[in-house]
Amino acid sequence: MIRKLRGAGGYAFLTIWTLFSLFPLYFMAVSATNTSQAVLSSRLLPGLELFNNAAKLFAAQNVGAAMLSSFAIAVGTTILALIVTSIAGYAFEVYHSRGKDVLMGVLLLAMMIPFAATMIPLFQMFAKIGMVNSLFAVIIPAISTPLLILLFRQSTRSFPSELVEAARMDGLGELAIFARIYVPTMRATFAAAGVITFLTAWNNFLWPRVILIKNDVQTMPMLISNLSAGYVTDYGVLMLAVLFASLPTMIVFFVLQRQFANGITGAIK
Amino acid sequence: MDRRLNLTGWGFLLPAALLIVIVSFVPMIQAFILSLQTGRGTRLTFADPLWYNYQRLLGDEIFKQTLLNTFIYLIIQVPIMLVLAMILASLLNNPRLKWKGFWRTAIFLPAAVSLVSYSLVFRTMFANDGFVNDAIGIFGVEPVNWLGEPNTARFVLILGLLWRWTGYNMIFFLAGLQNIDSSTIEAARIDGANAWQTFWRVTVPQLRPIIVLTAIMSTNGTLQLFDESWNLTKGGPAYASMTMSHYLYEISFQRNPNFGYGAALSYVILILVAILAFIQLKVGDKRD
Repeated sequence: MIRKLRGAGGYAFLTIWTLFSLFPLYFMAVSATNTSQAVLSSRLLPGLELFNNAAKLFAAQNVGAAMLSSFAIAVGTTILALIVTSIAGYAFEVYHSRGKDVLMGVLLLAMMIPFAATMIPLFQMFAKIGMVNSLFAVIIPAISTPLLILLFRQSTRSFPSELVEAARMDGLGELAIFARIYVPTMRATFAAAGVITFLTAWNNFLWPRVILIKNDVQTMPMLISNLSAGYVTDYGVLMLAVLFASLPTMIVFFVLQRQFANGITGAIK
Repeated sequence: MDRRLNLTGWGFLLPAALLIVIVSFVPMIQAFILSLQTGRGTRLTFADPLWYNYQRLLGDEIFKQTLLNTFIYLIIQVPIMLVLAMILASLLNNPRLKWKGFWRTAIFLPAAVSLVSYSLVFRTMFANDGFVNDAIGIFGVEPVNWLGEPNTARFVLILGLLWRWTGYNMIFFLAGLQNIDSSTIEAARIDGANAWQTFWRVTVPQLRPIIVLTAIMSTNGTLQLFDESWNLTKGGPAYASMTMSHYLYEISFQRNPNFGYGAALSYVILILVAILAFIQLKVGDKRD
């Protein structure tokens, strides 16, 4: 009986937290289909204003261009980050040496450097080489992070070294061993690293705001932030834009969540 | 190891290492030099005395306010969030739990939403004539000017942070729990410990490395809060909910940009992050 009650308490807690987690998302989705007045009078049922809101949003903002910029940034960052950090994490473990351990320790210190402390010189650096307003300037600082290198290095510990030895016997080159044997085996780690990078890159706000200073180049988070900064906010239109800005990352997470969880578990052992 | 393989290894990790040096270490040193300079825009000269910008921070009331706000968020939000994340993770780790996948997805989902997005959703829900005031009105509670009063504005920001990050941290605890030897928990149960005692005395100590990891990540993140301050409360009322990074952005990139003064503020953030991480590592390292 007591055990049953405790079980019920657990379910009650999970239910309350789940409702708290999902309600703002439901509110966002439902409000996107309602007029601004309906949102403010707390209408919690889907309305018929979706197309009206969309028409108003597309008339006021270049959503297509912002979506395209955000996709270019998120996909570009993810691909480059996976290539650069996976091979580094692999090298730290497979070609393990004293010097490399020292370097890893130094690189981990970079995790402690807040972005705020590098932002102004980074801006000056990109300004000097004429890359203000370029999407590359948004991508470059996000490619190599100590967290991803660490994730790959830790996960490589469970990668059997006999596979590397056997492949060398077969006459495979070192790069080929990495590309053809390591990469397919470590899918879960790549999924976890990919999800983290895509989400971070898509959602990044401060750095794009700093480096994209012309109004015609903006990302989705910048677009919705600008939309809410006007004197009169149309809440239905705003929530639709917020929905557009949130769907891609939610879909990526939904599709890859199992691999994501496995990848994190593999790295924390 | 063979010389050729050793060199191959260095070659493989070179791009990643170089990038980190160029985008983190070099700017960090430049920021320090910048913090000793004064002037507007690009016309900068070394300050006299050199530590002038730091001295100016000490007398800057807005800076003190944003420092206080950041610490309020840190001290209230991080411990509540980590305890909640740990409880949720241990509930989800129960092998007899039903609909596990559903709970996990629902609780993590907020972490997939951008900080700007959720800030604007919360801003809409907590608007004067918004949903939350309507909801409490049903119970006869007077409408609250959530974003217009210092303490309620900070409360809404903390609530938002809990919503966004608890599930994210839960994933790390869940991964840690799955690597704990379940026989230690069984043994405690056999010795007559109840669920609560088992949780605090057996599970939590084994989670120490994860607690240190999540505490450092959360502290680091809290000291750099920007998106919520900018979008959810706009730093207001006045400067009552503004974070240090928000103020840093105002100094550095708005109206009359002052890179030197901004860099000094950024160094204060850097030093605070370092000190707090050091303390957390020391406390986390202690053995019973």
